[in-house]
Amino acid sequence: MSELVAGPHTRAPLSLPTLMRQVLLAAAPATAFGVWLYGWPALNLLLITLVTVVAAEAACLRAAGRPVRSGVGDSSALVAGWILAMSLPPWAPWWIGVIGGLLAVILGKGVFGGTGQNLFNPAMVARVALLIAFPVEMTRWVEPAPLGSATAPGFLESLGITFAGAADWDAVTGATTLDTARTAVTEGQSIETALPEAYQPALALLGYAPGSLAEGSALLLALGGLYLIYRRVIAWEIPVVMLATLALLASAFHLIDPDRYADAGVHILAGSTLLAAFFIATDPTTSPATTLGRAVFAAGCALIVWVVRTYGGYPEATAFAVLLMNAFTPLIDHWIRPRVYGRTRLGAPLSTDREGP
Amino acid sequence: MLLSKPKIIRGGVRTESRKQSTAEAPLEPLRAGQRLYVSLAQHIGAPALPAVAPGQDVAKGQCIGTPEAGLSAAVHAPTSGRVVAIDRHPAPHPSGLTVPTVIIEPDGEERWAPQLPDPMTAPAGQLDPTAIATRVAEAGIVGMGGAAFPAAVKLGAGQPVATLILNGGECEPYLTCDDRLMRERAAGIIDGAQLMARALGAERTAIGVEDNKPEAIHALRRATDALGGPDVVPVPSLWPQGSEKHLIYTLTGREVPAGARAADIGVVVHNVGTAYAVHRAARHGRPLISRPITVGGGAVAEPTNFEVPLGLPLQALLEAAGGLREDPARVLAGGPMMGQVAPLEAGVAKGTNGVIALTAAEIREAEGRPCIRCGRCVDACPMGLMPFEIANRAAAGDVDGAAASGLMDCLTCGSCAYVCPSARPLVQLFHHARGQRAEQAAAKERSELQRRMAEQRAERQRREQERKKAAAAARRRQRAQQKAAGGDSESPAQEQPQNEEKETQT
Repeated sequence: MSELVAGPHTRAPLSLPTLMRQVLLAAAPATAFGVWLYGWPALNLLLITLVTVVAAEAACLRAAGRPVRSGVGDSSALVAGWILAMSLPPWAPWWIGVIGGLLAVILGKGVFGGTGQNLFNPAMVARVALLIAFPVEMTRWVEPAPLGSATAPGFLESLGITFAGAADWDAVTGATTLDTARTAVTEGQSIETALPEAYQPALALLGYAPGSLAEGSALLLALGGLYLIYRRVIAWEIPVVMLATLALLASAFHLIDPDRYADAGVHILAGSTLLAAFFIATDPTTSPATTLGRAVFAAGCALIVWVVRTYGGYPEATAFAVLLMNAFTPLIDHWIRPRVYGRTRLGAPLSTDREGP
Repeated sequence: MLLSKPKIIRGGVRTESRKQSTAEAPLEPLRAGQRLYVSLAQHIGAPALPAVAPGQDVAKGQCIGTPEAGLSAAVHAPTSGRVVAIDRHPAPHPSGLTVPTVIIEPDGEERWAPQLPDPMTAPAGQLDPTAIATRVAEAGIVGMGGAAFPAAVKLGAGQPVATLILNGGECEPYLTCDDRLMRERAAGIIDGAQLMARALGAERTAIGVEDNKPEAIHALRRATDALGGPDVVPVPSLWPQGSEKHLIYTLTGREVPAGARAADIGVVVHNVGTAYAVHRAARHGRPLISRPITVGGGAVAEPTNFEVPLGLPLQALLEAAGGLREDPARVLAGGPMMGQVAPLEAGVAKGTNGVIALTAAEIREAEGRPCIRCGRCVDACPMGLMPFEIANRAAAGDVDGAAASGLMDCLTCGSCAYVCPSARPLVQLFHHARGQRAEQAAAKERSELQRRMAEQRAERQRREQERKKAAAAARRRQRAQQKAAGGDSESPAQEQPQNEEKETQT
């Protein structure tokens, strides 16, 4: 390549490492709430996952013969690990974090050629792989036991839960809102009558319910997401279109048959909808590069989430949705492109006598 | 066809303008120093042919380079003095390649040439359009926005032009010399615009000025009120608003079709500095021998604006601006978006609008990282391209793929590289791929030529054989006839093949 330096000779301040750290910063409040809500075992799991992804990233870079310091320094692996941890059951044993971290970095991006080369969201690859391999550990949810409360495990006890599987699951397990809804429908019950026991919009907004480590707090996730939009770290089209499509779909079907179809509030506040909309579907590498492409991608995610939640058997609607749409991203980028200046949509030069494009 | 409300271009970036340090600095005339290095190739097209010899005395404004046939421009002596040499010298270009240059030692007398043309005094509307274009050509005026395209060619292209647009965008960070020119010499610019409109037969004229130059807009409006001149239209301060294609879109809502020129849709764009030079040439009989320049950047002690004689070395400009207060990380001819690293001994050319000495902090050089396909470059591209895709293909050596993605539509404006969080050298990749493409095209042409020549040779040889056969057959027939007749004459038949032998060798 040419040695001559070409313009521009200055640049915008936002760099890749800064971008990644902004994501971590935005995810921190919801994560901190999750750690408070589910106690020390949740913190153990988060730290184990983070240590694993950093080690795995270093190993991958070394194997690929790339500069290790700079590669780890961009924090992209840290982001993948962090988001994976947010989506794990908070009391999952240590090896879930380790295997998940390894899967995210090695299978999620290392094998594709590292940062920027992967087709699928690394955190979601790991989450789905874990679910299929370890369905029991991946679907055991605990009732909220906030730090300092009577039911919260102490620090030493938490080490037992994380490293020795010492939890008395019968005493602590709860069902998530979406589980309850699904069960109600399969038993022929109406969603409306089944829900109120487990689901209260105000609590769902805060995230005070059984669920993954840090996907419950709709309020804090939205706050972090809005910050990322404000700082122009993520593309606004993805969360906006995804949430709007999901709300529209859910509302329409809820209107037709309220007993069978949950309303928009349940779809948006419960489960991992907001985590996915703001932090997962917005992964730059695995989402389309144009505004319209992103909108199509986001609408597709919402559609799949709704279909899986309404008709599917797995609890992983958002992970499936994002991974499926990830597969379409190259196609979307191939077909949905901006119109080039001076050319028609199909690429032919504009005619000289036409008035305007 | 001008719009009442400017259209916002697609894409583009809001760069930090960094114009504060020089926006209030008036254009200060700078005198020729020790030596002027006046390039004979400071315009697009063929270099001018030297019209003087070493040792010869020249007067200010005297023609020292006559335009070569085709696309070229005349060059004039920026001051009086003696030609010490005509030699190759570095130009304000990063290649380090030298160009034919007239080196003048000024005598300090600033003695004007006696044979300068008479001022044209009639109102623009009464002048002969061809005479204006001729005067512009004689004055050696080229586009002063940076591209340095011979201005007379654009004035006399023969295509009907409905709209003349003056470019007062000046969207490059740091540069304020056009801003100063518009503030200080608005009337001359408007007069130049009217002269050019007359030469083109343009029905309408508009001046687009970025809205971060309220004083320039004010000054131009005052001048247009007085002269009954064209519209002054504030346009958004957005890089690359000053690109010809984008200024046309903003002011007319039309796009220049790919592969076509602005004139094909009836529009011609000239820089405000060019308009001022046209005014000087027509009204004062002065050729283009100096130009406004911004000397700026964090490494310069006293950033300012100068009116500089052409050929003054960039080094002399930096010294005139108080020298450097720290070692610059990079010295550019032009602005930081599209300017080029320049050798300090190069002389100021007609297209040089700035000398910018940047500190490392201003460059914000960052470690290049892998593309994360974030699409920021797509959002920033004012041409509607997907720069990361072109770059990825170019980096993989897939030149045809890069071309299919729009490599040749790229303006190399640098918006994509400016916003890239991975600090990828996108524009460099594009230049590289274009170079490779040109090489491939040249190689293909060469092999095509060789193939054609080989075919022709084969064809010639085949014809040769046939003729020999025919000749031999004729000889046999002749001999047979001679035998039959009992005569003897074989010399013509022997000579003929020898002649043919020679022919095949040519």
